[in-house]
Parts: sequence; structure tokens; C-alpha cells
Amino acid sequence: MNGTLVVFRREFAAYFSTPLAYVFLAFFLVLTGLYQWAFMGFYQADQASLQALFSGLPWLFLALIPALGMRLWSEERRSGTMELLLTLPISVPQAVLGKFLAAWAFVGVALLLLTSEWATVAYLGDPDHGVILAGFVGAFLMAGSYLAFAALISALTKNQVLAFVVTLVMLLVNLTIGFPGVADWLGGVLPAFLHQTIKDTSFLVRFDAISRGVLDLRDILFFLSSVALCLFANAAVVDLRKGA
Amino acid sequence: MIELQALTKRFGPFTAVDDLSLSVGRGEVLGFLGPNGAGKSTTMKMITGFLPPTSGRIQVCGHDVGTHPREAQAALGYLPEGAPLYPDMTPAALLRFCGEARGLRGQALRSAVDRAIERTELQGVTAQRIETLSKGFKRRVGLAQAILHDPEVLVLDEPTDGLDPNQKAQVRALIREMSGDKVIVLSTHILEEVEAVCSRATVMAEGRLRFDGTPAELRQRSRFFRSIELHLEGSPEGAQAALAGLEGVESVEPLEGSAGRSAFRVFPRDKRALLPEVTALAHARGWSTEHVFVDPGRLDDVFRVLTRDGAREERPGTTFEQMSSEAPAQEEATR
Ligand SMILES: Nc1ncnc2c1ncn2[C@@H]1O[C@H](COP(=O)(O)OP(=O)(O)OP(=O)(O)O)[C@@H](O)[C@H]1O
Ligand SMILES: [Mg+2]
Repeated sequence: MNGTLVVFRREFAAYFSTPLAYVFLAFFLVLTGLYQWAFMGFYQADQASLQALFSGLPWLFLALIPALGMRLWSEERRSGTMELLLTLPISVPQAVLGKFLAAWAFVGVALLLLTSEWATVAYLGDPDHGVILAGFVGAFLMAGSYLAFAALISALTKNQVLAFVVTLVMLLVNLTIGFPGVADWLGGVLPAFLHQTIKDTSFLVRFDAISRGVLDLRDILFFLSSVALCLFANAAVVDLRKGA
Repeated sequence: MIELQALTKRFGPFTAVDDLSLSVGRGEVLGFLGPNGAGKSTTMKMITGFLPPTSGRIQVCGHDVGTHPREAQAALGYLPEGAPLYPDMTPAALLRFCGEARGLRGQALRSAVDRAIERTELQGVTAQRIETLSKGFKRRVGLAQAILHDPEVLVLDEPTDGLDPNQKAQVRALIREMSGDKVIVLSTHILEEVEAVCSRATVMAEGRLRFDGTPAELRQRSRFFRSIELHLEGSPEGAQAALAGLEGVESVEPLEGSAGRSAFRVFPRDKRALLPEVTALAHARGWSTEHVFVDPGRLDDVFRVLTRDGAREERPGTTFEQMSSEAPAQEEATR
């Protein structure tokens, strides 16, 4: 068992040692149920799918993932436990990866709970299981990208609220520029290459593609490389600003 | 086993540790003394690989902390200042985590955790969340975590801070007991603690070493070392002059005597032993001696002299004359 796994296990267990984790999961389930019910009208034509669920997830994650990620490093810095963690024979990249994976796995648990809806639609109708599976894979990947970004911002400050707000605002910008109406309007005013870049780096555009059932390797690689990039920067920030 | 070579740490323009060189060997218990902000904790953070030095080198058990931090960290146990711990864990879970991070598994892990719990007397609280523990218990969990893997090198930043007198004694006994085959570096603001547990005392101020020697040598630096406090009944005529006239006496200060008594402090020249001369004089003059006390030296007084502004780095062997020109004469007396 190496350092990453040791950190992963501690962090993952830590989620379930406080009631906060259960509150988070309950919140997640209630909110997904709520907005699906509210938006049902848009998708009435095609009830045997989870399209309503997946179309809302990018926005739900926008609020929930920064809340989950804000404490990852800022709390370590504020309470001084970073000194305990980083003077154990564990490297900074191992600690960064272990923490991230634990948080990601926690989101995985939340998504696993959502598969109950999958069972429901399968019972009620005849959904395209491939599309739904792609939707869950895409949601997990997107959550990972959000989280890695949240972890990076969290490493920059000991103030959790600040980490939350900055993460939320930046993610909101990313989501907004990928939002169909905004994206089309931007397409009219921006040079083509810029517009393309925005579309290529938009979590929303990538996720929409996957959740329509198209598991394109490029989209998967996009999410994974954005995770890698953020974690790499995260490790560098932790390393450089340990004592600050 | 710990080697510091020209270690310097700057925070922006501020120099927290200034060109510090030090070597600590097996079996030594080194105490870091120094006023707040002296750079003790910063030095420890660098030894344990948490903070990178601005310049200089550190070796722990032959491992260069700069290039092989993991190996160095594996060889040492560290109690950071304030004993930071994960508040939502129990001591047992935290110790298991630290043990796993140090590569302990299965039976070895269990027995290491049990032993650390036993040695720091945590048996009653192992299943209680750390955030609900009292300050002293938190400190002991931090200590348990540091000694968990029986490391060759222990770095303890104020290990007895916040402990009750019994626990202080217990922790000191633990440190003494472990000291045989280890290197232990600890910092403290309790001057007597250095005498109680350390084989070597250093005084830091403004990022520099001001003293490096044995605790006894440190105490002997006191201007009060071997001075004699003499309490006499009544006020014998000419007592002060007679004492001052003794061979080897530097000066005599009258002290506040209680009603019907007089008291003096006799400072020896060159810190020599004066008790025979003083008692002989009292006998010859027929003074009725209430109380005689030979001062063993006062650490707080040495600490003040060594750490106040203007004092310069000083090691045993260098003389006081080199040290400070504006110091009062008594403080300048050489050992
Ligand atoms: N991250 C930092 N940024 C700026 N200055 C710092 C930082 N860490 C420490 N310092 C400064 O370095 C100096 C030495 O601090 P250090 O904590 O080593 O002192 P210390 O000897 O342990 O003091 P104390 O007895 O109060 O624990 C202090 O003046 C402190 O303000
Ligand atoms: Mg300190």
C-alpha cells in the first residue's frame, strides 16, 4: 500500500465520519429529484431516459463540487495538519492524488445512488442503456474535472469560503460560455478559432456530447487531461506554498 | 545523525534562521532554547523536510533532506508546534494512519500503535474524536504519532507545552528513556526542562546560535553562579565591608533582610567557591548565621543575557570579553 492509497483511505473514511457527508448525499438526491420533476415538461416526449437528470447535473455540480472541494487543502493549511501530512514519508504528488481520488470516489458514491433512477426507468419503460451508461460515465468525468479544479483553488488559500467562491465563479464562467444560447452568440462575435477553443474547453459541450450517448475518446481524454493538469498544478502549489 | 550546514531561511526580506551550523550525534538530547521568534520552529520544519531552506544543507541519518526527503522523513519522528492533528479522527485511527503512511502493516502496525498509546498513556481516549480531547491529550496524541515507528531521530517542538505536572514528568521520563540510542532534538520555553532531560543545550536568538554547551555550563554562565546568600541575625557592625574584604570576593550586595536580620549576597571573583571563606569569617566574627545559600546559577538570568539585543554568538571556549562590551562587569566575569 503506497502513500496515495494510505491518504485515499484516510480521506475517504473522513467523509463518512461526519454527518456532513450524509447531508451532502441527501441534498444531492433531493435536488436531482426536484429539478427533474420541475423540468419534466421539456422531456415529456421521451420519458424512458434520464435526459432530464443529466442535463441538470452540470449545474448541480456547479454548486456542490466547490463545496466538496473547498476544504481539501485549505483546511489542511488552516489547521496546520499539512505539516503533519507532509512530514510523513509521503510525497506531495501522492498526497494530492490520494486526496483527489477520495473526493472523486465520494462523488462516485453519490452517482451510484442515482443509479436507482436508472433502475426505475428500466422498470417503467425501455430506455437506451448505452446512453444512460455514457451519461453516468460522463457525469463522473465531469465531476472529476470540477473537483480537480476545486482542489487546485483550495491549495491556494486557507480560506475555505474564498476557495468556494472562486471555484464556483470560474466554473460558472466555463459553463456559461458553453451554454447553447451563449455559445451561439459568441460564435457570431468571436473569430472562428477562438470560438472553437471555447467549445473545445467547455465542460458543458463535452458533457452534452457524452450524455447523448457518444462516448468519444477525445471527450474522455479532455476530462482526464484537465484533471491531470489541475492536479499537477495543485502539487506544484502545495510544494511551493507549504510554509505560507 | 543530524547535520546542519550553514542553514539559512528567509521569509521575504526577513531572515528567520541565519547561517546555522550544528551537528547532533546518537545518544544526544539537544534542547533548543530561545525567545519567541528565535527560529526554533523554523529550524525544525527544515530538518523534517517541511520547509525548504533558502540555502544550506541538512542531513538526517546520512540522507540529504533536500534531495532524499522521503528517506530522511522515514528515519524521523516529528511533533510539530501546536501538535496539529485531524480533529475528526480518533487517536487510534490517526495512529493507524500515520503507521500505514510509514509502511507498517498488520501485526507490526497493531503493536506499534498499542505501544505508542501505552507510552503516552492514551488508553482512556483512543476511541474519542481528537477535537473533543483536552489540550494536553492532543499533545500526547501528537507525541504518540512521533514515536510510533520507534524512529532514530526525534524532533519535538515544545513537547511538554500544555501538559499537567504529572504528564510533564511522564513525558520527560519517556524522552530520557528513549534517548539512549536516538537523536532527540526538542524545543522548550521551560528552562529547567533542559536540565531535566537534555544532554546538550543551545540558545537561539534572531536565527543564530548564542550558546551551545551542556545545561550545567549554561547555568554556570549566570552572574549568580556560586554567589553566596548570607542571612545574619541582627545587624553586625561592618559586615558588608568585612565580606567585601575577603580574598576572592568581587562584590557584596546588601539584600532585603526580614525584621531584625541582615542579608548579603557575596559575588565571587572568577566564579570560584567561597563558602569556606565566608563561613570562616562568620565564625571568627561571632555572627549568628541564620541561613547560607550557595546559588547554583539562574537559567532565566543567563537566558536574558544571551538573548537580548546586542549579545553575539558565543560558544564554550570563547570568553565573555569577546561577547559583549556594554554588559555590566559581573556578567562579563569569565567562568
Ligand atoms: N511563513 C512565514 N512567513 C513569514 N515569516 C515567518 C513564517 N514562519 C515563521 N516566520 C517568522 O520567522 C521567525 C521565527 O519563527 P519561529 O516560529 O521559528 O520561532 P520560534 O523560535 O519557534 O518561536 P516560538 O518560541 O514563539 O515558537 C518569526 O519572526 C516568524 O514571524
Ligand atoms: Mg516555535
